[in-house]
Amino acid sequence: MSIVRRFEHVSPAPKDPITGVTEAFLADPSPNKINLGVGAYRDDEGRPVVLQCVRDAEAKIAGSEFLESVSAAVNSKMVEESCKLIYGKDSDAVMEGRFAGIQALSGTGACRLFAEFQRRFYPNSHMYFPAPTWSNHHNIWRDAQVSARNFCYYDPQSKDLNFEGLINDIKNAPEGSFFLLHPCAHNPTGVDPTEEEWREISYYLKVKNHFPFFDVAYQGFASGVMDKDARAIHIFLQDGHLVACAQSFAKNMGLYGHRVGCLSFICDDSKQAVAIKSQLQQIARAMYGSPPVHGVLLVSTILGDQAIKALWTEEIKIMADRIQGMRATLRESLEKLGSPLNWEHITSQVGMFCYSGLKAEQIDRLVREFHVYMTSDGRISMAGVTTGNVNYLANAIHEVTNSGYEESQILGESGF
Amino acid sequence: MASSMLSLASASASASPSLSLHDNLKGRVKLGSVNFISCLPDKTSSSAKAKPSGRISMTVGVNVSRFEGIAMAPPDPILGVSEAFRADTNEKKLNLGVGAYRTEELQPYVLKVVKKAENLMLERGENKEYLPIEGLAAFNKATAELLLGADNPVMKEGRIATVQGLSGTGSLRLASALIERYFPGAKVLISSPTWGNHKNIFNDARVPWSEYRYYDPKTVGLDFEGMVADVKAAPEGSFILLHGCAHNPTGIDPTPEQWEKIADVIQEKNHIPFFDVAYQGFASGSLDQDAASVRLFAARGMEILVAQSYSKNLGLYAERIGAINVVCSSADAAARVKSQLKRLARPMYSNPPVHGARIVANVVGDPALFGEWKAEMELMAGRIKNVRQKLYDSLMAKDKSGKDWSFILKQIGMFSFTGLNKAQSENMTNKWHVYMTKDGRISLAGLSLAKCEYLADAIIDSYHNVS
Repeated sequence: MSIVRRFEHVSPAPKDPITGVTEAFLADPSPNKINLGVGAYRDDEGRPVVLQCVRDAEAKIAGSEFLESVSAAVNSKMVEESCKLIYGKDSDAVMEGRFAGIQALSGTGACRLFAEFQRRFYPNSHMYFPAPTWSNHHNIWRDAQVSARNFCYYDPQSKDLNFEGLINDIKNAPEGSFFLLHPCAHNPTGVDPTEEEWREISYYLKVKNHFPFFDVAYQGFASGVMDKDARAIHIFLQDGHLVACAQSFAKNMGLYGHRVGCLSFICDDSKQAVAIKSQLQQIARAMYGSPPVHGVLLVSTILGDQAIKALWTEEIKIMADRIQGMRATLRESLEKLGSPLNWEHITSQVGMFCYSGLKAEQIDRLVREFHVYMTSDGRISMAGVTTGNVNYLANAIHEVTNSGYEESQILGESGF
Repeated sequence: MASSMLSLASASASASPSLSLHDNLKGRVKLGSVNFISCLPDKTSSSAKAKPSGRISMTVGVNVSRFEGIAMAPPDPILGVSEAFRADTNEKKLNLGVGAYRTEELQPYVLKVVKKAENLMLERGENKEYLPIEGLAAFNKATAELLLGADNPVMKEGRIATVQGLSGTGSLRLASALIERYFPGAKVLISSPTWGNHKNIFNDARVPWSEYRYYDPKTVGLDFEGMVADVKAAPEGSFILLHGCAHNPTGIDPTPEQWEKIADVIQEKNHIPFFDVAYQGFASGSLDQDAASVRLFAARGMEILVAQSYSKNLGLYAERIGAINVVCSSADAAARVKSQLKRLARPMYSNPPVHGARIVANVVGDPALFGEWKAEMELMAGRIKNVRQKLYDSLMAKDKSGKDWSFILKQIGMFSFTGLNKAQSENMTNKWHVYMTKDGRISLAGLSLAKCEYLADAIIDSYHNVS
């Protein structure tokens, strides 16, 4: 019998814009190479970090025998602690049990569960993403077959928030649309609304009965303080919104590879919460069954043990502070090199990323000539910058931006 | 005041000069007094950014709860069995609903090799960085070799695309997503009966499915002719879902000769074999023997989908470790297929969990641990075989009707289809406190030698005295 070839029509997939950067970086033999692609924290030696609170939690759970599934008790505990973390332990919704939540496969998994939920129960709705947003958001809602649109967010001229455009888009969206919001440390721009702006956003979303969905990937990385980074969500809760949150513990607990997160909904009452949770569990069951237990136990232990949680709070601050320090140093270095360009955005942007404003040709040169890797939108992961490489990086950026400067002035381009 | 509401909603920069404090808008608020809105442009900035200078006081019309239409999902049937068992206070109670291995003492079992591997990992203090989208390379290599054998030409020719998945479920879902995208309209044929979650996975992945005859209640065996006929009748290019070994829920596997015939029919109709391998090593005790069906198909040069799980054979249920493998006609095809599987995984969970993958890689990668694992698997499979034997012996000794209970011995793996109908199964629970699923399935993993006689009594009573 002749061989049947069924996969001839399967074309090679393009590389993922973010993980593809890491792949290219790994293949580069240069000793000077720097990976500023994926948002994974590095210490000042450029090494991946396992937090001490995680090691403590691991020691605590070692030898525990966790078998067929996470017990319902551990499940509920982790969800409850996650919800307290983001909604505030004193929030009415949490205290009254008006929340539905399940563990998810980190932030991606939580977003996907929400997207599937949205398709199932609001099949004609649209999800509005900030322009720009994390590239995988588009993939997630597309694969879940939910129609997606953009709303104004980043203004490349001012390198700041396009607040008026944002509010207009909220007003113009059909009633009952879904809006994906980054509550802090916006990815990729690092540009966050002020508290006053959040209040307005909340107001206009409520007028149009839109559904606010928060992707919380960096709680703790913006200011270094968990509650402060959740401020936007607290405002929404005060305004009576029923929000949903996708939380990731990948970055703030350094649990990247364990895939642990939480998807939660604030509900009208606990009966509704039970129904929503049952639907989420059903969606999860047909996708992957249940979440991997190791990560769930670690998060549950860290959040549930006072001493370990206190240690975690300190360690987050250290990580956030180091990043802020590198922002200041990088900006200073560029200014000291005499760069004619304005680098204020390096220090005004918040969180792990700097939206550098670098252009495609400049980024290309950075890769080819200097072995500095970042995503093609010019997003730099500041977590990859160290005291050891910041000068090299500043020099490299200066090189690729300085040479084109005079020319671009002559051509009348509006700066980069 | 309704018109004011509308104008507020579209208010722009020009507005009244006075300001007021923001009232909290709590939950359901009636239409009522409207104050005003002020959104003065920021005089210092000429760019698009209009800073909010006013605080808004406004009451907003209430809508019906957006969650109104969301009903409670139906309870998971198998979970319900465990819950009912837990609530039962009778000391004779027996839980034969559970699809997880138990020791003779009816305790859950963590394999020794898993403990050793975890200790090694703890000592090494490995980092927790993201795995690549396709998973841990060492795991992917190990799992493909376990499935086909390291010397298999498929391996040597690089014709297999392997992507780490979240146990069997996650791997099946990735495969389903691949089918939906690249074989739109193609159907998956599933056995009647099959694992309850299969249809959920295909439904959610929007892959159409239909059933082929499998279980024959008259013989409590395989309806082989029905199966072959249904596979033949399916539209060309259908995906045929096959259980590699230890069919769930019946425990009834085709014989090697029957596998050959099934492969013939599949090739004849240009179908694609799609294996669910959840019990490799756990069925017979031998990894190689349990992979015989898959290897038979591979030896014919066929392109095959295979979902694997380490939930049972390594007891890693809760760590969610498995893989989706696609055996292709060329290395180029395998590379392309792998890239598309990655593209499907990225918007589902980005990259798979690291812990279970490391455990498997460590166990398989270390010859001593690998040997120990094989021995533990033989023990687990052996215990189940012993329990089958004892149950059979008890049934034959106690049942004077002359009924042939030998299907208990012919069936293989964790589960057994007893042939009891719904009413009879309910009698098992209500009268005898034996918990099982309504389709007559019992899990031998939950049965001890000590309880075999009791169970035999229950089965005989239910079979003969209840209709």
